[in-house]
Amino acid sequence: METLELIKEKKIESKTQNISGSEAVLKALIAEDVHTIFGYPGGAIMPIYDALYDYNDRLEHILVRHEQGAIHAAQGFARTSGKTGVVFATSGPGATNLVTGLADAMIDSTPVVCITGQVFAHLLGTDAFQETDVINITTPITKWNYQVTDATEIPSALAKAFYIAASGRPGPVLIDITKNAQVQKFDYNGYEKSDHIRSYRPKPIVRKEYIEEAAKLINEAKKPFVIWGQGVILGKAEREFAAFIEKAGIPSAWTILGLSAIPTSHPLNVGMLGMHGNYGPNVLTNDCDVLIAIGMRFDDRVTGRLDKYAKQAKIIHLDIDPAEIDKNVKATIPVWGDCKETLPLLTALVDNKKHTDWLSKFRQFTKEEIEIVIEPEMHPSVDAMSMAEVIDALNELTNGDAVIVTDVGQHQMVACRYAKFNESKSNVTSGGLGTMGFALPAAMGAKYGAPERTVIAIAGDGGIQMTIQELGTIMQFKIDVKILILNNRFLGMVRQWQELFNDKRYSFVNITSPDYVQVAKGYYIEGQSVSDRKDLKSALKNMIDHKGAYLLEVMVGKENNVFPMVPQGCSVAEIRLK
Amino acid sequence: MKKEFTITVYTENQVGLLNRIAIIFTRRKINIDSLNTSPTESENVHRFTIVINETEEVVRKLCRQIEKQVEVLKAYYNTNDELIWQEMALYKVPTDVIAEKVKVERLLREKGARVVVIRKDYTVFETSGHREEIETLIKTLEPFGLIEFVRTARIAIIKDSKGFHEKLKEFEESQPADELIENEYLNKQDEVFTM
Repeated sequence: METLELIKEKKIESKTQNISGSEAVLKALIAEDVHTIFGYPGGAIMPIYDALYDYNDRLEHILVRHEQGAIHAAQGFARTSGKTGVVFATSGPGATNLVTGLADAMIDSTPVVCITGQVFAHLLGTDAFQETDVINITTPITKWNYQVTDATEIPSALAKAFYIAASGRPGPVLIDITKNAQVQKFDYNGYEKSDHIRSYRPKPIVRKEYIEEAAKLINEAKKPFVIWGQGVILGKAEREFAAFIEKAGIPSAWTILGLSAIPTSHPLNVGMLGMHGNYGPNVLTNDCDVLIAIGMRFDDRVTGRLDKYAKQAKIIHLDIDPAEIDKNVKATIPVWGDCKETLPLLTALVDNKKHTDWLSKFRQFTKEEIEIVIEPEMHPSVDAMSMAEVIDALNELTNGDAVIVTDVGQHQMVACRYAKFNESKSNVTSGGLGTMGFALPAAMGAKYGAPERTVIAIAGDGGIQMTIQELGTIMQFKIDVKILILNNRFLGMVRQWQELFNDKRYSFVNITSPDYVQVAKGYYIEGQSVSDRKDLKSALKNMIDHKGAYLLEVMVGKENNVFPMVPQGCSVAEIRLK
Repeated sequence: MKKEFTITVYTENQVGLLNRIAIIFTRRKINIDSLNTSPTESENVHRFTIVINETEEVVRKLCRQIEKQVEVLKAYYNTNDELIWQEMALYKVPTDVIAEKVKVERLLREKGARVVVIRKDYTVFETSGHREEIETLIKTLEPFGLIEFVRTARIAIIKDSKGFHEKLKEFEESQPADELIENEYLNKQDEVFTM
């Protein structure tokens, strides 16, 4: 033991270097295997940018057009790569521009590390130029945050940041570094990754007795139903998940962040849950006898009215976050743990079954939904195109191999309902926060996270205008993203609600658009706009075949609605088909 | 049914943690009746004692949200009968009135008050006890021109607690022993978070 410590000491001594805090930041990023940073410089983070000048060969920095773009890009990167996204921003407005993205990453459990510059420590609290209390602003929307005022803290603060962001239930972390700490020289003893913080237990110990009880319940069930969320993807447990449902033969439905964990064509995939989800999974939630929730948090958009949600069922809840258990829906059997570990244990104990009759019940509902909703959506009898037929045409061209990044609104629901996926981590969307403007920047990051894949950003005419400045980033860094704008000349989702619940009082949902093709042209990005059905397929093909970024605007029906729909305040069983 | 709960939180000593814990309550528009921070028997471990009036279900969820914070080691909640608890108060009264009109000796004996300072112009009494005891002394002193009154937050000791030393050792291990099974409370849903 003693000898070991001596060796360790020696090793550290020989590594000591006198470097600046800024350089320590970059060394930490390299040690954490970071290659891409999304950021925007400014006064308080200049020393870090100065150090970055010499690290240009090892760290690629993507200069965005707005800090919100940087954090959404980092989120997109994290979602397609399964790694932690990294953001640089300056103090004051730079940091406050991250707020929306932090909130989004927090609610969608996306691992992101943001490094913000801060004014000199001696100026803290003096209302200095570009000073803002970033730590307190971001406390409720970060998993952890910390202000560094001394360079010696930088290696350990960043090690903690990366460990906390990616472990357990992932989330955003913000490290605020005062300018004096960035320029301060100190004796750097190398970077040590963190794998233990005594007050932090990211991975709970799996309790076998709960697994056994859960297996017993599943084996006795006549109508078991699995609902899964992003936990399966974040836990990298797609195979374990598929093995479980296949052995137990349980029909399974997804939340929008769980989408793509298993291929759309999987025979046990019965569709989407929630407000605009599929008919069967919603109605049968209130018919199943055992509901097995895996890595999902019973969001109100999934459950509808809580006091009428799955009351007849026994509930097994698998989650890594103990605060989620019993939060919204009381679990009969809580299985706390990483589903990568708990699912195989459960699979080993469940009986091999088929549940053919139960599964066919889902199929009957699907049939009805196809007849009443999907078929008319796919083949409208009117001239105006529907969003669904655009997605359907896109499926034919991508074969389900593309990464689809969606914004928020009608097009998001339609894309999630109809897009086909073969591979996990292919669906990137803002689920919990519902951030309009997410798609374009997130798609840039998604491309960096999965450079070999086709990345398609789908946005509405509302959302695209919220972050359209990122076309500049796409232009400058030649990011190969395909931008598909589904333009209905309305803020469609709000308009739909106004139509259904506010007597068609269309209050400020009429939005006009610029000539998107001209805008793209201004950024040297090629584009096309189509409004005629006969041009759709070739236009989509042009977009996908084009080398580099491409913008395609498709004019769709103005007042189309997304159905099915569980109206707010109704139970999932009261889902409306029209 | 709402009732008084005392939440005891063991934490690391970190700037900003008070805010992280406080906003868990304010976000849900829950009023904190009293909040005390204190060192503990273990070095570098701090203790928050928070009193709120809520239903047990809400308190349980709050505790889980608190425990989720990276720098929180453990959160417990207890009803009043599970605790030994005290509050302390100071009362400033005019000396001339009090010397003339109040049987000071009886006051000190009956209410368990102590004199902290006697000056020509004022006298400061101190008492500690449960809320009611403190409040009766206010009532007693009010007619005699109570100049100033202040009460501390509650501090409480959990009757069944064996202290935090042993638990802390477990937390320091990277692979905790079975004893510190993380979801222990899931075993006994009724006794959630009691030690």
